[in-house]
Amino acid sequence: MISLTLVILVGALFGIGVSLILRRSLTRIVIGLGLIGHAVNLLLLSTGGRAGDPPIVHDDGHVEHLADPVPQALALTAIVIGFGVSAFLLALAYRRWTITHDDEVENDLEDRRIALMAREGRLADEHEIRRTPDNNDGEGLVR
Amino acid sequence: MTGLLIGFAVLSLVIALFGRPLGRNVFLACAVGPAAGLVWVASQLHTVWDHQIITQTVTWVPELGLNFDFRLDGFSALMAVLITGIGVLVFLYSRSYFDAGQSWNRFAATLLVFSGSMLGLVLSDNVFTLFVFWELTSVTSYLLIATNDTSVEARESALQAFLITGGGGLAMLAGLVILAMQAGTVSLSGILSAAPTGTLADVALLLVLVGCFTKSAQVPFHSWLPRAMAGPTPVSAYLHSATMVKAGIYLMARFAPAFADAPLWRPVVLVVGGATMLLGGWRALRQYDLKSILAYGTISQLGFLTVCLGAGFEEALAAGVTLLVAHAMFKAALFLLAGVVDHETHDRDIRHLSGLARDLPSVALATAIAASSMAGVPLMFGFIAKESAYDAFVNAPFGWGGAVLVTIVAGSILTFAYSARLLWGAFVTKTPAELDGPQASAHGTPSAWLVAPPSMLAILTVVFGVVPAAFDNLIGSAVNALDSEAHGVHLALWHGVTTALILSLFTLAAGILVFLTRHSVATFQRRLSTPELDTDNVYQASVRGLRRFAPQVAATVQSGSLPAYLTVIIATVVGVSAIAFGSGLTEFPETVWAENILQFVLAMTAVIFALAAARSERRFAAALCLGGVGYSVAALFLVQGAPDLALTQLAIETLSLVVFVLFLRHLPKRVRTVTWRPGDIARIGLAVLSGTFVSLITLIAVAARNRPSVAEEFLAKAYPEAGGHNVVNVILVDFRGYDTQLEITVLSVAALGVFALVRAARRDPTGQAKFDEVTTSPGSSGPDTITAGSSDSGGSDSRAIGVGTASQGGDPVASA
Repeated sequence: MISLTLVILVGALFGIGVSLILRRSLTRIVIGLGLIGHAVNLLLLSTGGRAGDPPIVHDDGHVEHLADPVPQALALTAIVIGFGVSAFLLALAYRRWTITHDDEVENDLEDRRIALMAREGRLADEHEIRRTPDNNDGEGLVR
Repeated sequence: MTGLLIGFAVLSLVIALFGRPLGRNVFLACAVGPAAGLVWVASQLHTVWDHQIITQTVTWVPELGLNFDFRLDGFSALMAVLITGIGVLVFLYSRSYFDAGQSWNRFAATLLVFSGSMLGLVLSDNVFTLFVFWELTSVTSYLLIATNDTSVEARESALQAFLITGGGGLAMLAGLVILAMQAGTVSLSGILSAAPTGTLADVALLLVLVGCFTKSAQVPFHSWLPRAMAGPTPVSAYLHSATMVKAGIYLMARFAPAFADAPLWRPVVLVVGGATMLLGGWRALRQYDLKSILAYGTISQLGFLTVCLGAGFEEALAAGVTLLVAHAMFKAALFLLAGVVDHETHDRDIRHLSGLARDLPSVALATAIAASSMAGVPLMFGFIAKESAYDAFVNAPFGWGGAVLVTIVAGSILTFAYSARLLWGAFVTKTPAELDGPQASAHGTPSAWLVAPPSMLAILTVVFGVVPAAFDNLIGSAVNALDSEAHGVHLALWHGVTTALILSLFTLAAGILVFLTRHSVATFQRRLSTPELDTDNVYQASVRGLRRFAPQVAATVQSGSLPAYLTVIIATVVGVSAIAFGSGLTEFPETVWAENILQFVLAMTAVIFALAAARSERRFAAALCLGGVGYSVAALFLVQGAPDLALTQLAIETLSLVVFVLFLRHLPKRVRTVTWRPGDIARIGLAVLSGTFVSLITLIAVAARNRPSVAEEFLAKAYPEAGGHNVVNVILVDFRGYDTQLEITVLSVAALGVFALVRAARRDPTGQAKFDEVTTSPGSSGPDTITAGSSDSGGSDSRAIGVGTASQGGDPVASA
């Protein structure tokens, strides 16, 4: 038994998150990753099945109607790690901002340089091939 | 066997590391390796001649069939004798050939590894081990050919050899894997005795043959071999005689008896071998460089060997094995002798050499013997080999033996002619009309150490040629190892007047005629010359094409745009996994729209906040909306019965918000507004797709539960064993305590990263202007700097930043 509300919520948060991490602004990317994190935590939790009572065992050993504790433990770990990731990303963004005064992710310059060289054919002709040994000119013999 | 190969490896390592002070005497130390190998093989010969097979296995990854299985039978033993014997001579020769002033330890060690790899190749009975040694000879030959690494020619030649033989090696691996799967064993001898048939086996055989053809320089893969003489002469001598090019011949010989009757085998092998024999001989007649004549001669002889050993019937195998030995001896001798000429005159062009027979009589005599053997003159071992080949194909057990016979007779006539050209070109006194350019002369008498190794081979050539019967065991056990039904070999100089003898005499006569009319032949060859058909051009063109094509692929695929990369990654994950998961959703889980009204309301709130976070152009508002999503999810956790999660989420969300605010206050309030672009449609589409996909995964994950949760055990044991009521807590700190430990480690690493990044931001010139009061003392402890900086830095002041950008220097994007 699963609640469709949760299923749709997971999908919605994940989708919105994806649309954000495909942007160029680091702020948006971090927010998108946060949303994806929420979606995944909910996914983990929903695999435990129905909502239930908090998984706290009583002395009488009564365990019915308790929520599954294992996905909860997994999700708890994920929440904390997710925070670590966000904090690190924000620190990266901050560092970048001190250098470029911008939080835009730009295209890699080296890659563009390669593309330019490829277009001009400069990479291809660096090693031009020399004579074939079959043309009998007898020059350039190598010991 | 294992010990021997390990000995090679250790010796070469020691020589590479500590051999430098020995100078060129390092070659003497190296000779110990092949010498020990020769002694060992010699000690095993009697066992092998009794048709016993010596095997040895060292397990490596037995589950994958990856073992070092070694197997010494008659043919392996014969190959091992050639590899080690000629190896010793090449090392002894190298000591006198190379300059005394330099250190040769690296070169010598590589040559030793090459020699050991070749030995391992002929001893391997496991197809994977065989492949490893096969490629090891490719790699080491690359290094050996490129010994003169300042020469573009040497480097390009080495690369050409490596690309062609290495590429063929990969094809061979594919073929061997298919055959191993069909035969159900990775043992070479097992595959040969199972001899799988069928279309798949035929394809596999073709792939193996491609490997053999590339390694043994068969048409159309022969272009690397003439170029490989860019390596030092001793390397050429070794490469062309006993090793490298013989690897392909070796494998073909192994396969031929078992697979010769496969529909494609004989046509392919005989046509390719025959074409190679003719082409090599034809080209050799046009060369002026001594080494070039020999290189094309090698191609021609390899074609001959392919025809004999590939034909796969007993008499042809015997002829092939005899030819293999004869060729190894005369070709090694001829290369070493050409090296002596080069060493003494500093020239190898036959248009510059004249009358050397007077100056270097011993060299001329040895060359005459070896060249006669190559030409097939009676009393030389080459004559015995060639005549048994003629004899085999006169009585070939298949239809078109006649055509093969005509081909090898024609090839042998060319062989006689280029052998004569070699001898005449190097030693005979020529008329001025036949000379061109500066005349070279010998500067002194060559050292005895240079002449002795090839002379020894020349003497052996005569001994083998005069009393061939003494070597019946050596050749016979090799043939028997290839084809267990063989009747034994009886080599003899005189068989009576047979068709083969008449053909031999015809070959000699025609060969003499071709040599005598060499000027008309040369004119005729020039008229026929079609350089544009040379397969070398195909290789060069494909390399050029690749060099042009690869950067364009890189430029297209590697656009440098993060969104583009992420789009590809996400689309791939969604696309590939969707196919895999699609089949997993066989039973749909039971669903309700919502478990309670609160769940629905909180979910709606979270979605609304998420949409707002995505839409908002103001950074602060977006961050707050993300917080809103977090708090909604926390409340949802509570409703689901997860108070611990709710608490954690609440704390973390608050902390995240604080960090966000600390960061965002430096940035402009608004994200740069971007007008609607076509790419956005793809972005939104991918977002919708991946959202749907994750929803599906959730459904599948819930439906996939088919056994009770491990939670039942945890619930039962939480209090009695861990003494805790809260099961989630017990799991985290007790049952899965190590996971939590690692999680703390991850967080610590992240914290260190954050710390370092923030500090670096303070330290750069920009930061110093901005946070002057904080970083005046460079030694101040880190944590202080962070807190002070975070609280002191004011607003989104950015004037100083722009100035400092250029001096950053490390980031090309910034200055661009």
